[in-house]
Amino acid sequence: MARKEYAFYPGCSSQKGASASNYLTSVESMCKTLDIKMTEIPDWNCCGASISYAEAGELPRHVMNARNFALAEQNLPGQDILATCAACWLGARESKERLEHSDVLMADTNEALKEAGLNIKVIPEVRHMVEVLIEDLGYDELKKPVKKPLEGMKFAGYVGCQTNRPFGIHGESFENPVYLDKLIETVGGEAVPYDQKVTCCGGALAFSEPDKAQAQIRDIIESAYDNGAEMIVTPCPLCQANVEVYQGSINKKYGTKFNIPVLYYSQLMTLAYGGSAKEAALDGNVIRARKLEEFAGR
Amino acid sequence: MSDMNQQMAARYKNNFLKEVEAQVEMGEWVKMCMQCGVCAGSCPTNFHPGWEHPPQEIFMMIRAGKREEVLTSPSMWMCTSCYNCYVRCPRKLPITHIMHGLAEYAYQLGVAPKFQPTQHLSKTFWDNCTKTGRVNEVKLTQTLYFRDGLMAGIKQGLAMKDVALGLVKAKRLNLMEALGFGHKCKDIKGIHAMLAKARELEAKRKGRQPA
Amino acid sequence: MADMKTAAYICKGCELGTRLDAAALVKTATKEGKMHLVREHDFLCSAEGVAMIQNDIDNEGVTHAAICACSRRAKTEAFNFPTTAISRGNLREGVIWVRPDTDEARETTQEMAEDYVRMACAEVKAMTQPKGNPNTGGVKTLLVVGGGISGMTAALEAARAGYKVVLVEKTGALGGWTAKLHKRIPTREPFKSPEDNGIADLIAQIEADANIKVYLNATLAKTAGAPGRFKVDIAVESGPTATEDVGAIVQATGFTPYDMNKLPHLGGGQANVVDQAGLEALARAANGGPIKRADGKEVKSVVFVQCAGQRDTTGEHLQYCSGHCCNTSIKQAMYFKDGNPDIDTVVLYTDLRTPGNGEDFYRSAQNKGVIFSKGAVSRVESAGGGCKVKFKDLILNEETEAEADLVVLATGMVPTSGPDLDALAEATRVAEGGDEAAKEQVIQLRSKSVLNLEYRQGPDIPQFKHGFNDSHFICFPYETRRTAIYAAGPVRRPMDTAQAVEDATGAAMKAIQAMENAGLGRAAHPRAGDLSFPTARLEGCTQCKRCTVECPFGAIDEDERRFPLFNESRCRRCGTCMGACPVRVISFENYSVNTVGAQIKAVDIPDEFSEKPRILILACENDAYPALDMAAMNRYEYSAFVRAIPVRCLGSVNTIWITDALNSGFDGVMLMGCKHGEEYQCHFVKGSELGRYRMSKVYDTLKGMNLEEQRLMDLEVAITDIETLPQRINDYAAKIVEMGMSPFKGL
Repeated sequence: MARKEYAFYPGCSSQKGASASNYLTSVESMCKTLDIKMTEIPDWNCCGASISYAEAGELPRHVMNARNFALAEQNLPGQDILATCAACWLGARESKERLEHSDVLMADTNEALKEAGLNIKVIPEVRHMVEVLIEDLGYDELKKPVKKPLEGMKFAGYVGCQTNRPFGIHGESFENPVYLDKLIETVGGEAVPYDQKVTCCGGALAFSEPDKAQAQIRDIIESAYDNGAEMIVTPCPLCQANVEVYQGSINKKYGTKFNIPVLYYSQLMTLAYGGSAKEAALDGNVIRARKLEEFAGR
Repeated sequence: MSDMNQQMAARYKNNFLKEVEAQVEMGEWVKMCMQCGVCAGSCPTNFHPGWEHPPQEIFMMIRAGKREEVLTSPSMWMCTSCYNCYVRCPRKLPITHIMHGLAEYAYQLGVAPKFQPTQHLSKTFWDNCTKTGRVNEVKLTQTLYFRDGLMAGIKQGLAMKDVALGLVKAKRLNLMEALGFGHKCKDIKGIHAMLAKARELEAKRKGRQPA
Repeated sequence: MADMKTAAYICKGCELGTRLDAAALVKTATKEGKMHLVREHDFLCSAEGVAMIQNDIDNEGVTHAAICACSRRAKTEAFNFPTTAISRGNLREGVIWVRPDTDEARETTQEMAEDYVRMACAEVKAMTQPKGNPNTGGVKTLLVVGGGISGMTAALEAARAGYKVVLVEKTGALGGWTAKLHKRIPTREPFKSPEDNGIADLIAQIEADANIKVYLNATLAKTAGAPGRFKVDIAVESGPTATEDVGAIVQATGFTPYDMNKLPHLGGGQANVVDQAGLEALARAANGGPIKRADGKEVKSVVFVQCAGQRDTTGEHLQYCSGHCCNTSIKQAMYFKDGNPDIDTVVLYTDLRTPGNGEDFYRSAQNKGVIFSKGAVSRVESAGGGCKVKFKDLILNEETEAEADLVVLATGMVPTSGPDLDALAEATRVAEGGDEAAKEQVIQLRSKSVLNLEYRQGPDIPQFKHGFNDSHFICFPYETRRTAIYAAGPVRRPMDTAQAVEDATGAAMKAIQAMENAGLGRAAHPRAGDLSFPTARLEGCTQCKRCTVECPFGAIDEDERRFPLFNESRCRRCGTCMGACPVRVISFENYSVNTVGAQIKAVDIPDEFSEKPRILILACENDAYPALDMAAMNRYEYSAFVRAIPVRCLGSVNTIWITDALNSGFDGVMLMGCKHGEEYQCHFVKGSELGRYRMSKVYDTLKGMNLEEQRLMDLEVAITDIETLPQRINDYAAKIVEMGMSPFKGL
């Protein structure tokens, strides 16, 4: 038996061929080393993300998350739900909190769930992968399997919004969370201090208001560069995508020469644990992390 | 004015604060704002032009009964859901949700600004993810680009061509999804029935006409 | 003094023995200090060392002892010999802790130490040990003026502590403004709703207390005497005047609301506009039912206008914030909302400030549906059957208006603090010249008097800011500039009922202390427990009146022959009179022109070719001297050229010390005193200001002596200037070296 088991909620972007598929690959490699067993919630559905608010209204959003709760409760009783995506985690946690605080919402939710042949009694805990790593294992345990520390590499830990606000990782400050820096240091890298650590990348507005979002992304990348970072590391699929894929557009617009790889913490951990470039899904980065690819080959 | 808009204005006798408290998600918090302005100073989009009223002003306008001005304002649609205002508010107002709630209400009443891109995105996203239970990223992108017609879509698609190509190369954009392949839930029927029920219950609880 | 036997003790503890040549110090004390008995000890503040001194006092007849060890602010409990005059030579904080332990520094450090030994010997010989005068008055009855919530609280607190109380109230009933409140701002968890005003209970407690004697419809016709022996004439409406002996006074005379008729633009004087007191009256009349206007119409909408005539920058109205009005309007808005949630209640404010637990109260009002709008009101006009309030919405940045059946103005507090003494003094001066208008003004001003004190400096407590009877804003709440008379409640500063209760309790405790001190002949704060008091050698007095005018505490009256008449128990022992006296006839037993003068003369002045200038520091004992001590504790070094003497206050510095110092060859004099002026930090309120004014005249003397102005340096020093003070001393020493030696050496 694995040392930890969770009801896994991968979320839409982590699926094969989707925008954060490299995240999933590296998480799976990392969890294999750490002996964490993740069982996918059968037939899980989308959380609705934050952006669906206008079309969805309130109850339908909660009902979407409630369906996942009910499926987890029914198929994987007693296990915490584990999400890798910041938005999935936030959306699910928000629904859990609302439903638990409102009998009216809970009753309506169960009435709707009945249409899908489901119901909820107790909503499982909803955890983010980072929470599990830090709270259930701890930095010391995460350090033990490190075979190849990422020595001499400088990373800007970009925490962004949704793993940080409004819930955050327990014990961290909203203004300067340090967990990501500590994860970077745990695997032997150097976390550079910079002042855009929790700045918003624009989120979904990168689609609808690209100019505004790209201006924010530019500030984040610029600050990381100015403080000596060689790569950016993040725990959120949307942060990763936004900060990575618009660098070309930003360069055109602002005359910058950004070309900085943006990675997931799970990719760093996989490599430090001795994993290959493939296991860390380095081929999934649009801006290739050459330095890490060389490192993985050593 | 749409029927529902007129109906709601009449129901609350032009007491817009009461209307917001009853109809808007987390609207009951609006009265608790103490006008410190921390939200305005914390909003990332406040650094860019186009931001008309920060949350603080929106709350004041609600209290002052400026119904039409608030509901037709583009301001709420600027929210990036970063939750900075939310965690900093000394009065613990869930500002992010209030902004979403106001936008949602304005949209449902049919008075929100037309052709608002984020509004379009919200609808596109929800329709996309509820159709099969999971997001189809290619279709989502296509729908967004072709919002303003074929030519505009091609233009924007060309502008984003490099972005898309990068993702395809990195195996993070599966063009096969456009053809109906890709991810979906098994119990799509159940999901649709469940959501229909949820919409019905919400409309009933809020006394809104069934959609 | 024939039976004076002197002794000097040289301590060698705390490294004094290794850093200094103790044998040389013994020699200095013997040869130059001319002490009868000189001893050294390895650890003087130890039980053994103290026993050695006590043995000398008991068996050798030592009456005067110079203890040369640490600062006079250290080891005060060990070196406590009540019958013996004691001086302290500060060899530790004053010398070794501020000097480097190097071979080069050893000579100048030793010189410094020897000077401090000489100074301590000279000082103690000029002192006598004060015995205190226990006959200044031992009355332990407290007079409380004002029967509102502050006065009643003070009376009850003193009575519970076992003291008799005389409570004088000018109206026919106890209770004051609080009794007129429908309800009051909550004082208890959860701070969500107005609560009972609590006055009935307080009155019942007063009436049940045998220690409290109440005079209603009564005012003070005359207050004579001093702490511990006040004699008060109480004029009672339609009755004979009563006389009471009291030991201390708490003045809790409260406030009146600012007159809203002075605010016509805000509707003051209009039928449907009331002030906060007016709204309380309407709420009391409604007695829990719907609140009605004067014309009987039920109020369905109400607008509260905050800061009406307050925080005014034009100079026309009150310049200050009254502190309670935001909470009061919140409370009054709840009168409406709690009765009927459909009543529109709007509070227009520019800045909402809710002290205490008012934040919870504010939130509760928001929860109840009171609307708070940030807006500056420009006009209130009558319109239709009610009012139209025009205001600028400060959030939306637009001119707008609101309509209401009733408008409530938050007008603020005006203290009932008696006449402004400066205005009265000026009017009296002009009236003495025969000016009729001035005579009328004197009568009018005197009619406002609350205490009718028979003091040389006027009939009431001096006012601080905006007419309030406060004294000092940081260190000493409740203190006024009249010893044993304490101000409490809104007469001291604007406040709400909860703060007034706390204030009154504090003032009652201070008043009790003052009575007890007066009975023992001891000084009150800040030299609490000091038994010395000033006396004047009247045969030398020129009746110039400087002492009676300058005393910050009004302690000195004039007798029939116009000589100063010291009222010992009013005195705070600051020595301002002593500093002011041009003929130097005023002294304390242990602090006088001589005790300091002798120290100045005792310093050894090296000749002008020595390259060793001497700089005298006269440092206020309240801030500057402790700052020097603390700098020493941190081992911040400073020049070996300085010799510091603590003074009770800059106000006690007599100009003769400066001229004597410069005449005897000192190259510079540094005065270190507290900040003066409106934001003063002086522990004696006016002392540092008066001292500085006096010193400004010395510059003429310097010119006469053909000396540079920079030879006298006035430094403003706060107790926190621990790090900067040594640097400022060094800068000055460098400047003196640059300027060159004084030409007055060896004359």
